[in-house]
Formats: sequence, C-alpha cells, structure tokens
Amino acid sequence: MTDATTEMAPYAFVRRETLEQQPAPLSVAGPLAWVRQHLLSSPLNIALTLVCVYLVVDSVPGLVRFYFLDAIWTGTSRDACLADKVGRPVGACWAYIADRFQYFIYGSYPIPQRWRVNIVFVMFALGVVWLLWTSAPKKKLGIFFFFVLLPISAYVLLLGGPGAERFLGFCLMVTLALAALYVVLSFAPQLVRFNIGDAGLAVVQQLPVWKRFFGPKQLVLFALAIFVFLSLLASSPGLPRVDTGLWGGMTVTFLIAAVGIVFSLPLGVVLALGRRSRLPIIQLLSVIFIEFVRGVPLITVLFMANTMLPLFVPQEYSPDRLLRPLVGVALFAAAYMAEVVRGGLQAMPKGQYEGAMSLGLGYWSMMRLIILPQALRIVIPGIVNTFIGLFKDTTLVTIVGIFDFLRTIEATLVDPTWATPTTRATGYAFAAVFYFLCCWGMSRYSIAVEKRLAAGQKR
Amino acid sequence: MKQIIGAALIAVTAAICASGALAQSTTLAQVKNRGILLCGSGTGLAGFGIPDQQGNWAGMDVDVCRAVASAIFNDPNKVKFIPLSAKDRFTSLQSGEVDLLSRTTTWTISRDTSLGLNFAGVNYYDGQGFMVRKKLGVDSVLKLAGASICTQQGTTTELNLADYFRANKIKYEVVAFASNQETVKAYEAGRCDAFTTDASGLYAERLTLSNPDDHMVLPEIISKEPLGPVVRHGDDVWLDIVKWSLFAMVNAEELGVTKANADEMLKSENPEIKRLVGTEGKFGEPMGLTNDWALRIIKHVGNYGESFERNVGSGSLLKIARGQNALWTKGGLQYAPPIR
Repeated sequence: MTDATTEMAPYAFVRRETLEQQPAPLSVAGPLAWVRQHLLSSPLNIALTLVCVYLVVDSVPGLVRFYFLDAIWTGTSRDACLADKVGRPVGACWAYIADRFQYFIYGSYPIPQRWRVNIVFVMFALGVVWLLWTSAPKKKLGIFFFFVLLPISAYVLLLGGPGAERFLGFCLMVTLALAALYVVLSFAPQLVRFNIGDAGLAVVQQLPVWKRFFGPKQLVLFALAIFVFLSLLASSPGLPRVDTGLWGGMTVTFLIAAVGIVFSLPLGVVLALGRRSRLPIIQLLSVIFIEFVRGVPLITVLFMANTMLPLFVPQEYSPDRLLRPLVGVALFAAAYMAEVVRGGLQAMPKGQYEGAMSLGLGYWSMMRLIILPQALRIVIPGIVNTFIGLFKDTTLVTIVGIFDFLRTIEATLVDPTWATPTTRATGYAFAAVFYFLCCWGMSRYSIAVEKRLAAGQKR
Repeated sequence: MKQIIGAALIAVTAAICASGALAQSTTLAQVKNRGILLCGSGTGLAGFGIPDQQGNWAGMDVDVCRAVASAIFNDPNKVKFIPLSAKDRFTSLQSGEVDLLSRTTTWTISRDTSLGLNFAGVNYYDGQGFMVRKKLGVDSVLKLAGASICTQQGTTTELNLADYFRANKIKYEVVAFASNQETVKAYEAGRCDAFTTDASGLYAERLTLSNPDDHMVLPEIISKEPLGPVVRHGDDVWLDIVKWSLFAMVNAEELGVTKANADEMLKSENPEIKRLVGTEGKFGEPMGLTNDWALRIIKHVGNYGESFERNVGSGSLLKIARGQNALWTKGGLQYAPPIR
C-alpha cells in the first residue's frame, strides 16, 4: 500500500538523497555573528561597545607613540631625552631606566658585593621553580631548601659579617653532627628501635647500609653541601657585613614579600585553628591578635615600629630598621590570612570532621590529612588575593625610610642627571610593569593550581 | 603587634635601668666605639642628598656627614646613612638612632627649644623664590602685580606668599594644587604666570620643564629657610664637633684652602691657615679629635665652596647661584667664627 503510494506520487516533491551540509548562516556563525552576539546584542551593549572603542582609539595610539615610537632607548644623560637636543618629539625616556637599572635592583648595596645578591636571587628562583613546577623531582627536598636553607643562606649572604659567619659555623657544626649521627645509625639501626618499632627496624635492616634512613640523610647531605659552599664563599672572597641600610630596590621588595608570604601562611593557619579551638585561652588570644591587627592600618604598624619603638627601646636593644617592618608586615599578613583560612575551615562539612574522628585520627592528624588539604584548596583565591595585596603593600615601607623598588625609582626621579619632562612618566610606567608582571604571575599560577586541584571534582 | 608592645614593656624597664649607664658615654665615644657615624639623611632631594648611579649618596647635606666622619675617622666613607622621612626624623635623632641629622631641616625656634634639639649651624640658606617665563619680561617679584601664581596647597609656601604680597600691597591670584607635581605641570601648561616654592626646589623643577632655558628664577627670596645639621640636646662636645666641622669648611673657603692644595697649605706661613690645618695650636684636642681634624675634612670633602659648586652650583646641573650662600666677604651670609 505504502509502496504503491510512493510509486505513484509525483517525483518532483520527493528528495532521494540527503542535502550537502551547508556552512551555518552568517547571522549565527563567523566573526560578524560573534561581533553581533557579544558586542551589539542590546542597545546598552551597543552603547558600551561604542564607549570602549572610543576609549581605545583615543588612548592606545597615543600610548604606543609615547612609550615605543617616540621613546628614547639609549643615552647617558638627560640631554638624550630632551626634545630640543634630539630635534624631534620625545616620548618615554627608557635610557634613564637602562642607566639606573642596577640601582633599581640592588639599591645602594656596594657594587663589589653585588654577586652575593645575585646568588640569593638564583637560589630564590631555583626554590620557587622547584616548589611551583608540578613535575619537579624531590619535592620534600625542595620544601626543605626553600623554607630552611634559603632563609639561612639569604641571611648569611646578604648581611654577612662576623655575626652571620658565626651563625654559619654553628649551622655547619649542627649539620656535621647530624651527618655523623646518621652514619652511626646506618651501621647500627637498632639504636632507634624505640622510635620506629621492631617492624620498622626489620625493614631498615634489610636495606643495604647506604640506603638506610635515606630520606633524612639526603636532607643533611644537601644542607651540608650548601653550608660548605657558603663557608667557601665566606673564606675566599669573604663576606664583609653589608648593613641593611644599604639594601634597596627589587632586593628589598622581594625580601619583604617573600618573608611576608613564607611566614604569613603557616602563622595564619595556626591562628585560624586557634580561633576555632575549644581551648578558651588559645581562642581568646587568637581572636585578640586577629581583631587587633585587622583593626589598625598597616601604616600605623610601620610607624609604631620605626618611629615609636626607638623611643621605648634603648639603642642597643633596638632591632634593625629593616627587620621591624619585616616582622610588622608578616604579622599583619598573618592576621588576614587567618581569616581567609578560617573561611575555608568553616566551609568544610561537619561530616568530614566526624569521618576523620571516627577513623581514630587525633586532632593534628585530622587537620593535616583531612581538613586542611580540602579547606586550603577552597580558599586558594583568597590566599592568593592576600599575597597579591601583601606584595603591593610592601611599597608602604617607603614611609619609614626604606628604599624598596618604588622608592628607588622615586629617588632617581628627583636626580637632575635625568630630569626631563618625560622621566617621571617613564619611571612610573616601569614600576607599573614590574608590579603588574609579579601580581599577574601570581594570579595565573593560582588559577593553574586551582584547576589542577579541582580535577578530581570535575564530572 | 603583640610582640611590639611586649618588647616595649620590657624596653621601658630596661631603659630606666640603662639610662644611667648611657648618659655617661658621650656621643663621640659611642661613635668611635661603633667605628661608624650614623647620619640621618633625606629620602632623596636633588643637590642635598641623592643616591647616584652606583647608589652612593651625594649632596650638600651628605657632605656635612662626610665631613664629621672625616674629622673623627679620617675616612669620609665611615658613615651609615639612614634615610628618614620628614615625620620620623626628629624621633630618630632623639632616640639615638642617629648621631646627627643632616636633612634639609629648617632652623626654627620651636624645633631648637621644645624638641630638645640643637642646630649646629646653617649649611644652606634657602627661602621661597619665584620662577617665571623669561618672555614675561619681569625681573622682580614686585612687578608681578595682577599675576596668577601656582603653588602647593596647605604649605607654608602659600602663607608666605599671602604675607609677602599683602605687605607689599600687590594684587595677585593664587592657583593652588594638591601636589608639587601638579603645580609644576599647571605652570608649564600656562595656567599661571609664576610658580613658587623653595628656591633650591625651583632649580630642580626647572630641569623637568620641556625648555628650562625659557624660564628664570627671580632674585627675591621672600622667606627664611635656614637649613642645617641637627644634634640632640645634652652633649655639648658633640655639638661643637658638628658645628666646627661646618665652620672649618667655610673658613677653608675663605682662606683659599681647597681639596687640591690642602697638602701644600701645610707649608703655608699664613697663621690663620696654619691654625686651620693644624700646624699651629692644638684646636682638635679639646673636642676629642686630632689636631689635623680640619685638614682631614678639607682633603676628603673639600671646602664649603667646593661642596656647594659640586652639588648644587655650577659644577652640577642645578646651577644654583651662590646668592645668600656666598661668603660674607662676597656679600653673602656664610660667616664662620675664626679658628684661634
């Protein structure tokens, strides 16, 4: 029946084959559609687009001309950047940045000693890459390097002098003693039976001598290598004391930021745990600290540290002028960090705590293994936000007379050697680029970390 | 913060115990023990204290510190410069964080008396001046009748301006801005006929204009801003050392002793020069210094004129005229008591 009908129907209206695929019509795909959909979808969006286009057209060519096309790239004094002397309109005076670049990095750090800062920079970069690069080997060693060896090396290298050398000698002694201890233990592991138990001892005894206690031995050997390297530097080129008053530029900016970041996170976690603790005194102290620090501006803390403290403390006991803001900034950031971390702790469902407790985990194991890894992941944006804020807050130390990166730029702006109409715009643009790159880097890295950690949550 | 308060509490107790012991050791003894002079310096001002390309401090105020260090240690580099902001300079000096403050500080009665400080002299006579365009054809502030004047808001500059123009019965119009930078920009954009601030600042700002040569600084100075080094009350010998380090530089210029000819001057027969360079008399000992203290200053830092020309005068880009800072023999105000 159906066949018959089909047979008899006029062919003109029946398609025998499927149509060729056609590209989507221009009104829903392609650049024009994209523009329409994203830029011109409603009267308000049309207006906003027009305003933005106007702003871009109005500002970008001028900026490009000023900072690139008309810019002066080489020269040794202000004459190179004066329109009269050059004979054409002059834009940004990058020659000035090039001339003072060393000063922006090292401040007044004595020139023959600047290699020490470079070593610290290299070690710092190494530590950062080691910790942040996901597939870097031996993470534990990296953590030990960044949080223990790097601060000691930075202290010895940057400050130097008899005090630092004595401290280095002490570190070397302790490391040697530990090394000796591990050599003894490798041959006689039964000495630590009470610590690792009989089963552990059996495992250790099966290993060849040199592989016993390999983890800690690695740390000790690594520390020994670094300390010997430092001692060699201290003996042959020598590490004369370079007073903190001479430090400046990016060195100081990175130092303050690094100290703030390294200390504020652990301290913030401790404070956050303290604030949620059931022990009343610990809770009270944490609350008082956090609320007090959050209740005063950072500038006040810095003023207190550098203007008031010397009045109370006799000169001999007064801490170093750079150390004071370092401590102030770290404590300040810790209070903010504590609140961020507490947010993460509160976001954890109660079941996680109960589950951990039902497994028989103690308080610290529960926090370390179950709660904090999840809580910290939740608050990564908040943590990075605090870090970025802290990094930019380092510029406030200028008001207590410390030459951070921004201050070194400002100090050269008043220098008649480079006084030209465009020097100021150039200097501040350079500072903006520097701070932007640092903050943007931190923010991009945090996004990558979030993505990686959230991979297990994706459905 | 808690640490700070805790430290402060401990410190107050310690200070009470220690103050007796501290008072006995003089500043000079402390400096000699430490082996380095702690000098409170500015945070960067053209010609007075500014880090150069290598990061070394240079300037008029810096030279005062280097002179004192030369007199004590015979080494102008035994100075540690502690950059102080305008706000914390006096507390730092009072608390003993610095031995000497040399940071374009204006000598006023309130600072000299109520703050417990002593001014050791004047190393630069500054004062409020005016800059105008050359094509305006004005050569005196008194001819600025009806002019609009750019200045910074809420500073003594604005008050001085009002006082001076009212006293001279000249009409004028103030165009005030929040920051110094805005003020200069406005002047350059032609929003006012004249720009006023401290004279030393005028010369520095002039260099940032597109055509510095089109502008001139008028000769009148309408306010007194004597800038000088400052020390704490209570140590007269230290005050003497700083004061005479400065005087030695001025005297050296007056007697024609320079960095270059200092050694030849040892053979000079002129009794005044002999007393200055220490070949005659024992003038260093009462201050606890050696008798060639002034010679050391001259050899390492130079005389006052050399310091002036090198930092702010013809040897620098600022090209400030000596003006009030010329020697008294040349119609200026720089006058040092004799060494005898």
